[in-house]
Amino acid sequence: MKPYSIEVSSPEDEAIDSNDLLEYTNCDFGLSRRSFVKGLGAGLLLAVPCSAFTQESGRRSQGGFLGSGARNVAARIHIGSDGRITVLAGKVEGGQGARTELTQAAAEELRVPVGHVQMILADTELVPDDGMTAGSGSTPRTIPAVRQGAAAARDLLAEYACRQWNVERTTLRMGDGKVFDATGQRFFSYADLAKDIEASKLFRQAIPSDIELTAVSEWKVLGTPALRPNAGSIVTGTHIYPSDVVRPGMVYGKILRAPAYGAKLASVDLGAVNAMKDVTVVQNGSFIGVAAPNSFRARAALASISSAAKWKTAPPQPSSEELFDYLRKNVEGDVPRNPFADEAAKGKAIRRTYHVPYVQHAPLEPRAAVAEWNEGRLTVWTGSQNPFGVRSELARTFHLPEDHVRVVIPDFGGAFGGKHTGECAVEAARLALAANKPVSLRWTREEEFTWAYFRPAGVIDVEASLNTQGKIATWHFININSGPNAIETPYVVGKTNCQYLPSKPPLRHGSYRGLAATANNFAREVFMDELAAAAGADPLEFRLTHLENPRLRAVLEKAAKEFHWQERAKSKVSDVSIGMACGTEKGSFVAACVEVELDRAQKRIRVHHACEAFECGAIVNPANLRAQVEGAILMGLGAALREEIQFLNGKILNGSFGGYRVPRFGDAPELDIHLINRLDLASAGAGETPIIVIAPAIANAVFRAIGKSVHAIPVSIAET
Amino acid sequence: MDTEISFMLNGRARTVTTDPKRPLLDVLREDLQLTGAKFGCGEGQCRACTVLINGQSTPSCITPVGDAGKQNILTIEGLAGDDKLHPIQQAFVDEGAFQCGYCTAGMILGVTAVIKKNPKATEAEILSELEKHICRCCSYAGYRKAVRRLLAAKQA
Repeated sequence: MKPYSIEVSSPEDEAIDSNDLLEYTNCDFGLSRRSFVKGLGAGLLLAVPCSAFTQESGRRSQGGFLGSGARNVAARIHIGSDGRITVLAGKVEGGQGARTELTQAAAEELRVPVGHVQMILADTELVPDDGMTAGSGSTPRTIPAVRQGAAAARDLLAEYACRQWNVERTTLRMGDGKVFDATGQRFFSYADLAKDIEASKLFRQAIPSDIELTAVSEWKVLGTPALRPNAGSIVTGTHIYPSDVVRPGMVYGKILRAPAYGAKLASVDLGAVNAMKDVTVVQNGSFIGVAAPNSFRARAALASISSAAKWKTAPPQPSSEELFDYLRKNVEGDVPRNPFADEAAKGKAIRRTYHVPYVQHAPLEPRAAVAEWNEGRLTVWTGSQNPFGVRSELARTFHLPEDHVRVVIPDFGGAFGGKHTGECAVEAARLALAANKPVSLRWTREEEFTWAYFRPAGVIDVEASLNTQGKIATWHFININSGPNAIETPYVVGKTNCQYLPSKPPLRHGSYRGLAATANNFAREVFMDELAAAAGADPLEFRLTHLENPRLRAVLEKAAKEFHWQERAKSKVSDVSIGMACGTEKGSFVAACVEVELDRAQKRIRVHHACEAFECGAIVNPANLRAQVEGAILMGLGAALREEIQFLNGKILNGSFGGYRVPRFGDAPELDIHLINRLDLASAGAGETPIIVIAPAIANAVFRAIGKSVHAIPVSIAET
Repeated sequence: MDTEISFMLNGRARTVTTDPKRPLLDVLREDLQLTGAKFGCGEGQCRACTVLINGQSTPSCITPVGDAGKQNILTIEGLAGDDKLHPIQQAFVDEGAFQCGYCTAGMILGVTAVIKKNPKATEAEILSELEKHICRCCSYAGYRKAVRRLLAAKQA
C-alpha cells in the first residue's frame, strides 16, 4: 500500500473545448508555495526560498499566457561563490532559439561572455513563471525581463564595490565580469559578491522595472550571431530530449486509442493482458493504458487489448470533402452581409471565397513524457510550450496542490504552436501512479497526427470594390473558424469591415506558427492581386498605392528590389511566373517575391526562388533570425503546396509521413533573405510572421501564369 | 522468444538477449542507453533513427534487432573521437545548421554514409542521400550550408 492516496479524475471530467485552445487562458490558480532551490551550488541563492520570489506577485496567474515573472533578483539570477552564473527563465527551447538569445540577454547586461552564463529553462521548481512560449513573446517580453534581472545583479556588484572602496559609482568601470576602480588596478568579481552576506539580502529585492538597460548602440553580445550553447551535445547525440529521459526502474507505456473520434468503448476483455505478468494495466474510466519493461512488450500488450476491445459506432461526422460547407453551415450567429454593398455596386466589385484546410505541426519529436511519483509528489519531464500550464493540468487531474507537481521541459524536438497542452504528461502520470514506477510514454507518429490538434481550417469571404481611380473603396472580410490574427487590412482603403466568426470545428484545433495570420494574409494578398488585375495595375504598384505604413512599405520595396521584380515582371517565359505578397503581424513586417515553374502535365508547382525581406526591430541574433526565416519559408511552402489533413467518419486518412508529405531537401528553393536591422526600434518576435507571405506569393505567381484566380491552399493547378 | 544477438557497436563487441523482432532502435535506446538515434515515424520515412550498418545508412526503427546480428553498427555516439568532434559534426556546429536538433544525428550519419563510400562525394550526391531525411524545422538551408562548409574544409 502506498502511504498516500491520490484521487484521479477520469478523462471524461476534462472535456476539451476546441476553441479554448485558440485563446490564451489567463486563469488565476492561486499562489503556490514553492520549495527551496537546490543543486545550484553555494552562492547567492542557497538560503533563499523560492516562495520569496513570488511574494510580491500577489494574486498573479500561474500557468497563464503571460506568467507572473520574477519578482526579485534571486528568482532570475544565481551567482555561485565560485563566480558561476546561472540564469533562470520559464521559457522553453524547442528549436526557435530561446536558449541562445536569453543567454545573450543575460551576458550582455552582466558584462560577461556568453560562455559564462548557464541557462536553466522551464523547470517549474526552479524558474519563474515567464508564461507560455508562444505568440512570439520571448523576444519582446522575456528577453527584457532577463536583461532587467541581469542589470540588477550587475548594479549590486557595482554597489558592493562602492561600499568596499568608498568611492562614487561614476568612477567605476565594468567589463569581463568584473568591476574595476578608477585606476583599473583593483577589481571585484561576481564571486566576491556571492561571498558577501549582505548581498544575499539585496538579491531578495524586487527587480526595478525602470532599471537602465544597455543601449542598443552599446550592445556587444546581443545583436551578434551567437551559436546555440548546447550544440555540441546535439551533434554527439548526448542531449537528452524528453523522449530520451530515463529514470531508475522506468517502464514504457502505451495507451488504448479509439478507432475514430467520438467512438465509445462498449466492452473490453482484459483477461489476456492481465495474464502478461510483466505488464501493468490501468483503467480510469475511458482511459486504458499499459506499462511494460520495454516498448515492444507494451505494444504487444496494447495489441492484445485492442483485439479484445469492442467499440460503439462513432457518431456521423463531416469529412474533409464536406469541411468548408460544414464550417459555413455551423457558423456562430449569422454571417454578416457586406455593409457597403450599395456603394460597392457603384464601382467595380469583386467577391471571392477562400478555403484553408487543416494542417498539422508534425514536430519531429512526437509528444513524450516521463512521469515519476514520490510520496504523493509528481515530477514529469515532457516537451511542452506551457510548463506552468502543464503543471496546473496535472494538479487538477490528480487533485494535488501545485507545489506537489514539478514539470521539467528539456530542450525538445519542435513545436510550432503544436505543444501548448499536456495530454501526454497526464497520461504518463496516470500510468506511473498505477505501475508505481516511473513511466516513459512516447506518442507514435500516428497518435501525434490523430490526437494532437490541428491548425484551424477556415472559410474566408472577401468583397471589395474599386473606385474610378482604381483605388479600393470598400473592403468586407469575413473569416469563418480559422481565427482573428492579422484580420485587419494594413492597406489604406475607403471603408472596411473585418470580422472573425467562430464555427463548430469538426476536428480539435489550436495554435500554430502564425495562427490565422497565414489564412487571413493568404486571402487578403491573393485578393489584392485580383484587384490589381481588375484595376489594370502591377501588383507591386497597386500595393504601394494603398500602403502608408513605412515599415511595411520598406520590406515590400526591399524584396521587390532584390528580386528585380520590375525587370522580371516584363519577362515572358512560358510556365515560369512570379508572385509577391506582404504582411504584418505581432509587430514585425514581411514581404516575399517568388518564382515558380508550372508543370501542367504533372500538375506540379515548383518554387525555384524565394526572396524575403523581414523586419522585426533591432535584431537580437542575426544567425538565429535567419534560421527562423529560412525555416518559416520552407514550412510555409509545405502548407502552400501539399499539406492537407484528410478525414472521414472521425478518422484521419493521411496520418503518417508517407501520407502527409512535409518539405524535404529537394523542395527547398534558392533562398534570398534580407533582414532589415532597425536598431532604433524595439525587438519583436520573429518565429511566426515570416511564414505568412509564402502561400499568397506562390498563389499569385500561379494566378499570373494561368490567368485564373486561386481560391484555396494547398495551391493546385489540377483543374487547369 | 529471447535470443542471444551479438554485434559490433561503435567499435565494441556487444551481446543482447532479447526478442529478435524488436526494432534495433528500441534496443539501442532502451537496453543499451544510446538515445542519440531518435524515433520520428516508425516507418522509415523520416530517418531520425538513422544508424550505419556496415557503413550503410539504415532506418533502425524498421530494422529488427535480429537482422543486426554479426553486423557492424555505428550510432552517432560512436562518431566523434575522444576529445574531438568528427569534421562533419564540427561543420554542423560551426554553421549553426539545425534548430531543434532532433533530426541532426540522423542527418550527420546520412552524410557520413555517403562520404565513407566515396570520400570525394559532391554536394549533389550528399543532398540526394539526405532527401530521405525530414527536418521539420525545415533547416534545409542551414544543412546545405553545413555540407558546403564540410566540403570546403576537406578541399583546404
